[in-house]
Amino acid sequence: MSNIAKAFANGKAFIPFITCGDPDLATTAAVVRAAVENGADLIELGIPFSDPTAEGPVIQGANLRALNGGVTTDRIFDFVRELRKDVTVPMVFMTYANVVFSYGAERFIATCQEIGIDGLILPDLPFEEKEEFLPLCRQYGVDLISLIAPTSENRIAMIAREAEGFLYIVSSLGVTGMRSEIKTDLAAIVKVVRENTDIPCAIGFGISTPEQAQKMAALSDGAIVGSAIIKLLEKYGKDAPAYVGEYVKSMKDAL
Amino acid sequence: MTNPNGRFGIHGGQYIPETLMNAVIELEEAYNYYKNDPQFNAELTELFNEYAGRPSRLYYAEKMTKDLGGAKIYLKREDLNHTGAHKINNVLGQALLAKKMGKTRLIAETGAGQHGVATATAAALMGMECVVFMGEEDTIRQALNVYRMRLLGAEVVPVKTGTATLKDAVSEAMREWTSRISDTHYCLGSVMGPHPFPTIVRDFQAVISKEIKEQMLQKEGRLPDAVIACVGGGSNAIGSFYHFIEEKSVRLIGCEAAGRGVDTFETAATIATGRLGIFHGMKSYFCQDKYGQIAPVYSISAGLDYPGVGPEHAYLHDIGRAEYVPVTDEEAVGAFEYLAKTEGIIPAIESAHAVAYARKLAPTMEKDNIIVITISGRGDKDCAAIARYRGEDLHE
Repeated sequence: MSNIAKAFANGKAFIPFITCGDPDLATTAAVVRAAVENGADLIELGIPFSDPTAEGPVIQGANLRALNGGVTTDRIFDFVRELRKDVTVPMVFMTYANVVFSYGAERFIATCQEIGIDGLILPDLPFEEKEEFLPLCRQYGVDLISLIAPTSENRIAMIAREAEGFLYIVSSLGVTGMRSEIKTDLAAIVKVVRENTDIPCAIGFGISTPEQAQKMAALSDGAIVGSAIIKLLEKYGKDAPAYVGEYVKSMKDAL
Repeated sequence: MTNPNGRFGIHGGQYIPETLMNAVIELEEAYNYYKNDPQFNAELTELFNEYAGRPSRLYYAEKMTKDLGGAKIYLKREDLNHTGAHKINNVLGQALLAKKMGKTRLIAETGAGQHGVATATAAALMGMECVVFMGEEDTIRQALNVYRMRLLGAEVVPVKTGTATLKDAVSEAMREWTSRISDTHYCLGSVMGPHPFPTIVRDFQAVISKEIKEQMLQKEGRLPDAVIACVGGGSNAIGSFYHFIEEKSVRLIGCEAAGRGVDTFETAATIATGRLGIFHGMKSYFCQDKYGQIAPVYSISAGLDYPGVGPEHAYLHDIGRAEYVPVTDEEAVGAFEYLAKTEGIIPAIESAHAVAYARKLAPTMEKDNIIVITISGRGDKDCAAIARYRGEDLHE
């Protein structure tokens, strides 16, 4: 069983996304611990990228703040190494293909294994290109997470059959960010997923309220929330951990 | 030259969000069908000839030839096309294809504004909606083109993220495409991005080298010794090179924007200073730091101010079939003024990069050698910026 499966062993999973180094790594560490203490089941850690093409304005802002603060891939690796001394929940990295490729794919993925990163989410690495990193991910026991989008249609079965860790179902068209309404027929997507794989699936993009999270988790195995948490960091900066903790609790309780 | 999976050697590919995968697959299928459809090709040729004014002239630059005292110089006059640049070739092809696919809305990125103007033009002609993303910095540098696009009925969205230049306009257009796919075609302006764009754009621009070859055989009875073009993403260059790739006697030379010099950080010369990476849907060479963060590039030319290069150029560089040389702002501005005074032709500052290199190369060649320089666009749009570069306080 992949370590990620543990995140889905205690009922519906709540998965917060946090950009490393926004506004600094000490705050990120405090935010992660606050999220874990309040029921987060899996932590999605963003490694910032200069040109995050799948992100809306909120997460773009977090990327910019983090990079301006001087965070680098190496500093994030050190940060996770430190975090792993007491944080045991599964953790995955979310970043862009060039961050992995440019570091040296093997060096990057081997380091993930060494520091206790369980999976890798790369929004610009679709099914057709996954061979770029998949053999190395298998070699080092890091799950390469696949994404399914509202436009995937005839591709859902193909993606689900080869998926590892968990499946990330993108709730809506467009980039990340909060939405008042999610219109995609997610039940139909999840049905095809279930017919083709036993691994869990979680829904992300556009979720911010406990009601939305509850609805999404009822359709799947969990809810992923990014922009709403980043908004708290944007607003409260170094004082954000307490607010994030409170928010995570309200979300986890709703699931 | 393209492998079935959209690779040029190790370059190319489809590194894009899953949300866009079915859109690019649908585009590839439609393109593979229509490129062999006689009706489609007849319509496109009609548009090229009657609307865009093709074939463009291959002009013997006699004064420049005599002045430089070496190889005979011909100018491929893409600046004489409707809308004033080579961009119209690709746009008419893609707009027609989009229309056949049932799309009613075109979105595009633009740097200098030439591709945006061409897209707005095709949209007006074909009765389609049009939204153009342009870096805020470029909307200031190229204010006249912003007005032209609006006049043509397009909406221009200033992009404020990142460096607010071409790369950010591409990112924003990609983001827009993920949010609205069913009625929208992303009319990418260069031989870059995910497969099949580098192939589609190349094929529509290849009309340039097809004509050069025919015109050269007619005028000189032989092939040229060198073809020179400027390279940002690389669409006019690949268009100028394509039908000569198998003609090994023809040197193919791409001129990159070196900005203030390849030994400074203010440069956009990707092949000279970049390294292999994955960005904007493709594997190719990119200007980036050691952690893969894309570098904020610089060139006086908004159209060459891009941190990457099309995957087929990266491949032609790898196999040594084409040469890529850096040209500085100073050299390009010098060539801009030189061509104006010598031949009475004001080239786009982008194209002036190619003219600048030809000024160095021609004197080193024999008098019976022939160089073709592609003048990819006209320079009216650049006059105010060049005047300011020379210290004149001229504003549009």
